[in-house]
Amino acid sequence: MSALIETRALTRVDERRQVALLEPTDFTLNSADRVSITGSSGSGKSVFLRALALLDAPTSGQILWNGQPVANAEIPHYRSHISYLSQRPALLEGTVQDNLRFPFSLKTLRKRRFDLQAVTTLLGHAGKTADFLHKNAGDLSGGEAQVVALIRTLQLNPEVLLLDEPTAALDPTSSRDVEALIDAWFAGDTSRAFIWVSHDLDQAQRMSAVHLQMSAGVLSAVAQP
Amino acid sequence: MNYQNLTALDMGIAASLILINGALSLLLRLGLGRQLLWAAVRTVVQLLAIGYLLGWVFEFAYWYVVLPLMCAMTLIAGLSAAGRGRRTYRGQRVDSILSVWGSSWLVTAVGLFAVIRIHPWYEPQYAIPILGMILGNTLTGVSLGIERMTQELTSGRNTIEMILALGGSRWEAAQEAIRQAVRAGMIPTLNQMTVVGIVSLPGMMTGQVLAGESPVDAVRYQIVIMFLIAASSALGTVGAVLLTYRRLFSTHHRFLRDRLQER
Repeated sequence: MSALIETRALTRVDERRQVALLEPTDFTLNSADRVSITGSSGSGKSVFLRALALLDAPTSGQILWNGQPVANAEIPHYRSHISYLSQRPALLEGTVQDNLRFPFSLKTLRKRRFDLQAVTTLLGHAGKTADFLHKNAGDLSGGEAQVVALIRTLQLNPEVLLLDEPTAALDPTSSRDVEALIDAWFAGDTSRAFIWVSHDLDQAQRMSAVHLQMSAGVLSAVAQP
Repeated sequence: MNYQNLTALDMGIAASLILINGALSLLLRLGLGRQLLWAAVRTVVQLLAIGYLLGWVFEFAYWYVVLPLMCAMTLIAGLSAAGRGRRTYRGQRVDSILSVWGSSWLVTAVGLFAVIRIHPWYEPQYAIPILGMILGNTLTGVSLGIERMTQELTSGRNTIEMILALGGSRWEAAQEAIRQAVRAGMIPTLNQMTVVGIVSLPGMMTGQVLAGESPVDAVRYQIVIMFLIAASSALGTVGAVLLTYRRLFSTHHRFLRDRLQER
């Protein structure tokens, strides 16, 4: 067991309104951790997750990756390993396959190749056949779009997934597809870990081993029943 | 000069045509009466004022008279380019002035020193109208560019963050918005260049012809001006869009969406 990501007294303040969004937070994510964070909207769950993805600048404190702070030039590389998935899937114009190939056009990932075999396997976990690859991204349902966004991330074999309510807007079937995909990814390597932010307490219990709660910017443990 | 001078009476007859607009406004209840009157008064006052000012400047053709006037024109163009659009960010005014200033002065310098080659360079008869025409068009390009950029960044926010989250750089994330914004800023000039002479006869050329210049010579000037305008508005647009990009994307490859504000 080793620490993948560590935060030290990480805080974030909304500068315009002078409101604390995240109180000083010390947190460690080890490999093989399955963490869920629940809490009401506006409690700071997303703020914390986005800070871990380095998408928003923290006001103070540190984020360490394998024990080291991340240099500016390393940030894209970090994000390709510590993958953030938002609640609203953003797909580009074109087919599903175009969307899945997109990450390989980025400089950080240019040395890697699109692997049709791996993608087909992933699609299988979500109950989709290879025909699905040729669908137009604009014609997908919200659930299908989220499945595509998730596969787009999972094919890159990230170390850590930061899941920002990925199933909040989905029907039960799509939610199960998403859960199945994440279970399969997690089982693929013992060094992987994820943080799942959710509204759904049942889902949090089902998917995670460590259950945390966010309330007014304070992250705390929830006693296991 | 071999053209017809206009008297105050002549201008009065033309001005009375505004009554047509007034009658239409009354008839269709557009409620534009006051605005029409105000616009008409502004047209007369602003043009008379600039006429007298230019008349004065032309008499005192010294660089220390011409240069401040050129600076003032540029500053006003930069400020009005910043004043449009629904969204803004801190520093937009500076970006807009910088890009208008840099592009229009560079291109005007090429026009005055390399193409028209007048002596002295600040000869107001050339320097002021040429800078003015370039500014007018650059201003349009810059304001359309910034407006489109902020709009693309707002509507494309999810896509931008998706690209960043996958490991894209800030440049990769902003590329599409930058491309759209530069296109939007350059379209008016491109349109103008394709229809010039067919649909529209540009004011400068018309003026030279009215003043007795041969159309063939007037057209040469117009061609030069069109290219100066095209170059400056392209440079200005690209400059403004890139400055906006630098303000809204940090070196940490973050999209600083909070900096974008509704006006």
